Amino acid sequence: MFKIIEKRELAPDIWLMNVEAPRVARSAQPGQFVIVRACEAGERIPLTVADYDREKGTVSIVIQAVGVSTRKIVALAEGELLPDFAGPLGQPSAFIHEDIEELRHRKFLFIAGGVGAAPVYPQVKWLHEHGIGVDVIVGARNSEFILLADELGKVARNLYIATDDGSEGFHGNVTAMLRELIDNRGAEYDEIITIGPMIMMKYVALAAKEYGIKATASLNTLMIDGTGMCGACRVSVGGHTKFACVDGPEFDAWQIDFDEAMRRQTMYRTQEAEANHKCRIS
Amino acid sequence: MAKNNIPRVPVREQAPEVRAANFEEVSYGYGLDEAKQEASRCLNCRRPRCVEQCPVSIRIPDFIMKVKDGDMESAAQIIAQDSLLPSICGRVCPQESQCEGACVLGVKGEPVSIGKLERFVGDWELEYGLEEHMEITPNGHKVAVVGSGPAGLTCAADLAKLGYKVTVFEALHKLGGVLQYGIPEFRLPKERVVAREVEKVKRLGVEFETDIIVGRTVTVDSLMDDEGYEAVFIGSGAGLPKFMGIPGENLNGVVSANEFLTRNNLMKAYDEESDTPVFVGRRTAVVGGGNVAMDAVRTAKRLGAEACIVYRRSEEELPARVEEVHHAREEGIEFMMLTNPTEILGDETGWVRGLRCVRMELGKPDESGRRSPKVIEGSEFDLDCEMVVMSLGTSPNPLIANTTAGLQTTRWGGIIADDAGITTRKGVFAGGDAVTGAATVILAMGAGRAAAKAIDEYLRSK
Repeated sequence: MFKIIEKRELAPDIWLMNVEAPRVARSAQPGQFVIVRACEAGERIPLTVADYDREKGTVSIVIQAVGVSTRKIVALAEGELLPDFAGPLGQPSAFIHEDIEELRHRKFLFIAGGVGAAPVYPQVKWLHEHGIGVDVIVGARNSEFILLADELGKVARNLYIATDDGSEGFHGNVTAMLRELIDNRGAEYDEIITIGPMIMMKYVALAAKEYGIKATASLNTLMIDGTGMCGACRVSVGGHTKFACVDGPEFDAWQIDFDEAMRRQTMYRTQEAEANHKCRIS
Repeated sequence: MAKNNIPRVPVREQAPEVRAANFEEVSYGYGLDEAKQEASRCLNCRRPRCVEQCPVSIRIPDFIMKVKDGDMESAAQIIAQDSLLPSICGRVCPQESQCEGACVLGVKGEPVSIGKLERFVGDWELEYGLEEHMEITPNGHKVAVVGSGPAGLTCAADLAKLGYKVTVFEALHKLGGVLQYGIPEFRLPKERVVAREVEKVKRLGVEFETDIIVGRTVTVDSLMDDEGYEAVFIGSGAGLPKFMGIPGENLNGVVSANEFLTRNNLMKAYDEESDTPVFVGRRTAVVGGGNVAMDAVRTAKRLGAEACIVYRRSEEELPARVEEVHHAREEGIEFMMLTNPTEILGDETGWVRGLRCVRMELGKPDESGRRSPKVIEGSEFDLDCEMVVMSLGTSPNPLIANTTAGLQTTRWGGIIADDAGITTRKGVFAGGDAVTGAATVILAMGAGRAAAKAIDEYLRSK
């Protein structure tokens, strides 16, 4: 059992939970995820690690309550226990294996959308702690849904906020912000790392390719076990089938078949809609 | 030899049309009188061939004689000396190619129903328990076991009996490995059988930790270097699904048998109470011919599908147990033999609408001794279906081998280990599907047992 030691609402229906999981905290790296279950009948939900503290033995996750299972997770209170919190799973971000000196000369841009700001945070923080300053774009539909701006602001060299309605920062989506930075503000980047809704990552990847900038995307596919057993997370990358859980979750964004990935996310939509409906009635 | 004239006692089963719509166990198993009658058929051979064919050498005639006498306690004690999990093995062992296949009675008639008798005794033990005769003296040495499937459970239990302090690390949230996620409820009940067999191992003092992915949460090296385990047994199974590599495999509605079965077995998606969704096509094709394919196709049927098996060889070559094929047929499963998929067809929304296949014929025997299938030219046809389940076998997970220094694997990913489970890394032992590739529960148990012995010898000589 894993104790929720802190819980706070970052935006409507989006919660941060800090969970006591010493073994996971000891091994976690930026880019990895955990599998969480809220109760005995609960689904195994993959959630990207949002932060970890090896000394305190805690790991943070950010959950958007969108379906039955995520609602059950956020319904748990501070001090309550999660029956399952397994991980860290997946490959850590590629840069953690690279030469620090080389990384210092590379210009990184992180592009986060919605809840994607959460998994971007430990990556930016890791780079910051290794003396590498990076730019970050955080986008959301409006000011209310901009997540972790304060935290990101402390570890990013430049933090750019973009909102669809212009209620905060740049008026436009993250791709428009990217174009603004490169076309009008003279920014130059060697590598883009993007995490957020699949459709957003698709357009970021297209823009990155247009500019000839290497891009990496973190895929939040369907999963059950998260260890390579079920294959529900199959994605096509450069024409080859990969398992997001063990080969990813981060892949070369130029090569990802985003249309297929988006279609595969809808595999259980009918069943989920029924479950949501039932849940709301009861 | 009047005994030979008694016909084999049939086992009562749920009627096919009833069970094809529920997840309750197919076979009710023997009652006491049936078990005693069936036991009376055993000739109690002086040189029992059945024992030779049992991977863990259960003293079969001895326990059967006790059943005949109605002394279940003694029967259970005899089995317990060699097997920890009789309720499981009695249900899932391929008896027809092991003990029962060697039974003398089988030469002219039907062999003794050894599996059903083992199950009866095992279930009796789960119900009434055995008097604990064993006194365990702790020896102060710590051993880690990776995986709580049949290999891990057996290894852990044997070591615990020898006095070792054993901790089993399981990646999933429930114990039992393939017994939990792979084999369906209608063949192997989870609460009534698997959980209670695991309880027996816990009573020996073995500790279990779930949600620990060795290779990620911890590593074999960290267990040995930081946590004080003096030896590690790897029984992590063969969990990675294979796909065919044909066009259309990533369409919606194509799943691995592992995914389909894990949703239903581990996550209980068939149950209204479970939050995990499962999809089944109105018509569902399961590609493959092994036990896992039978489990998948019968699960699809129970979820309401019209379900069929698509297999590239003929019925004779089906690797599945005879009983499973028989049960599947009774339940109305269609078998499309000598048929091989070449493409999965999708509709405009990206969902499966059919399976393109070719007919096959059998040529000369290949390396495996089975006649190899060849495509019949011009035999292409399309099968209508909304779901395709790929059941083409599984391979070992590379996670542990990739994160353990000095642990070597074969080209296909199996951990290299000898018959005693000794690997290329000192203090690290392995057995079961992680070494052999997908095999049977009983072979994994045998490997777990051999490794326990080797671990004991290793730690004594240290």
